[in-house]
Amino acid sequence: MAAGTVTTLQPNGRPTLGVLARLRRLADRYLLFTYTGLAVIYLLLPVAIIILFSFNNPSGRRNFVWQEFSLDAWLHPFAVPGLANAVGLSLIIAFVSTAVATILGTLMALALVRYEFRGKRLTDSLIFLPMATPEIVMGASLLTLFVSLGAPPFFPLSLVTILIAHILFNISYVVVTVRARLSGFPRHLEEAAMDLGANEWQTFWRVTFPLILPGIIAAALLAFSLSIDDFVITNFTAGRTQTFPMFIYAQAKVGVPVQVYVIGSVIFLVAVLLVGLTTLAGRRQAAKDFEPVRTT
Amino acid sequence: MLRRRRSLIPYLLLAPGLLWLIVFFVWPLLQVFLASFWSGSVERGYTLSLSNWTNYPNAIEPVLPHVGRSVLYSLTATVLTLLIAYPLAYTIAVRGGRFKNLLLFLVVAPFFTSFLLRTLSWKIILSDNGVIFGPLKDIGILPDDFRVLATPMAVVAGITYNFLPFMTLPIYVALEKIDLRLVEAAQDLYAGPWQRGGTLVGGLVGGVLAAGLSFAFGWPPVIPVVLAILVGAFVGSVFVSEAFVRVTFPLSLPGVFAGSLLTFIPAVGDYVNAEFLGNPDSRMLGNVIQNRFLTQNDFPEASALSFILMAGILVMVLIYTRLLGTEQLTQSRI
Repeated sequence: MAAGTVTTLQPNGRPTLGVLARLRRLADRYLLFTYTGLAVIYLLLPVAIIILFSFNNPSGRRNFVWQEFSLDAWLHPFAVPGLANAVGLSLIIAFVSTAVATILGTLMALALVRYEFRGKRLTDSLIFLPMATPEIVMGASLLTLFVSLGAPPFFPLSLVTILIAHILFNISYVVVTVRARLSGFPRHLEEAAMDLGANEWQTFWRVTFPLILPGIIAAALLAFSLSIDDFVITNFTAGRTQTFPMFIYAQAKVGVPVQVYVIGSVIFLVAVLLVGLTTLAGRRQAAKDFEPVRTT
Repeated sequence: MLRRRRSLIPYLLLAPGLLWLIVFFVWPLLQVFLASFWSGSVERGYTLSLSNWTNYPNAIEPVLPHVGRSVLYSLTATVLTLLIAYPLAYTIAVRGGRFKNLLLFLVVAPFFTSFLLRTLSWKIILSDNGVIFGPLKDIGILPDDFRVLATPMAVVAGITYNFLPFMTLPIYVALEKIDLRLVEAAQDLYAGPWQRGGTLVGGLVGGVLAAGLSFAFGWPPVIPVVLAILVGAFVGSVFVSEAFVRVTFPLSLPGVFAGSLLTFIPAVGDYVNAEFLGNPDSRMLGNVIQNRFLTQNDFPEASALSFILMAGILVMVLIYTRLLGTEQLTQSRI
């Protein structure tokens, strides 16, 4: 894409072209980076607004106009009735659905990478399809199923139905993430372990599992973040149960309390911290595990 | 005997997850299809009959404007995300250097906080006298009655913002894979700067974009369009080279297609942006489906609408995977 340097070499008589050529060189050098900076600001602006407005002290219920700085909401984050329950429920759902989906998904990823079997392509598309389905269709179809079953534990809608839905949409993401980690896997390490007398079980737990653990952790983190933030599918499968996003949605009609912005900011900061830490740990681990292997 | 046991292992590993997908994904989709042929109500129960195919025309007829809006808004947002995401992904992939990972992290960072809160914060940003329009109105650049919030523009802006990372990541993945030696080889083979073509393309893109925006906003189009053509032409003449047109861009096309699909699919079914940022006249198909299912409990017609939406998207996905495979789509979602 470097064009500026060439244009300056062309002989031109008029000074205006010289200015244009100089402008071109400047643009070629700095424009992309300036643009990227602006794009990042654009992407993070709403997050900054959320954090800023968590310190607001709005006069009414509507937290849309900046009034004055206040630490009140941060000091009493659960002063709003129902909020603590909603956040707690979201955390429980995220933990349980992440655990189940990570186990199911990792097993599937192992089968898909390690074995050739009949129906592999069909399995592939079955895993891919939920990711290509609009959330609203997934939620609506689950709701239709639950209603037509019409009996507990599926109906009335409850924590169980939310969990079923969250595990469902998380499985595909776990399979894809773990699979990516598995496909670059140094198989000869396992062969070495077997040559040294380990049986399959021992080889799995002592060699394979520790090596794919970063992939599993990445998958679990992704699943957790998808679950805790899911609104659309939960909207269809929750009934009267209120998760954190459902709480926000319900409050949005009357005015979202400042405390919700506090929780949103906390979730953001914790997630950033977690990802930062796992990246660092992963980098160190990868350096330890893969360096000698990659020389081949 | 041992071989037999071995061949069973993959099925045992797959069984629990596969069962979950079949029972809670495939079956519900079939159930929605069946429910679209129901008649009756929640209280009285439903009866299934083929003669209820009339649910389809009955459901679709009053919501044709919503369907049109869903397609229009989603397409506009997809084009906008493409224009915003491509230079961003290009910079990260080709010129990112040691900041590559940090920049990628910043692109996905918005996902670390609530989707609903992010959308609500656009309500704050775009509000009539908010951080952007307040000062502009004070200096007199914008008229006092100018507004974006509660118009279709706000809905498109919200969708564009919310799904921008879905476009950026696949394009990044595709660009990242390109062997830069190919570009160098092209330059060695006299791929030059292509100034005239770049100027034309840039000017055209800028002009069309500005014309579309002024049409949507109801601005007098002359000044913004001329400005956009000039800026677009300049940027195009600098950045569009022969090597880019003939090597980099064609090789990044799979990422562009994957990103467009990954942006369009959630956008066309979205109802949160339209509800938070729009007005009653900017409701989309998603709003109708949600309302029919959760407020009116009109399962048959709502199911018919969901099935139409799903079928439309399935056709798009099938065409895409036939042409390009699923790899690009799944890879970039990690």
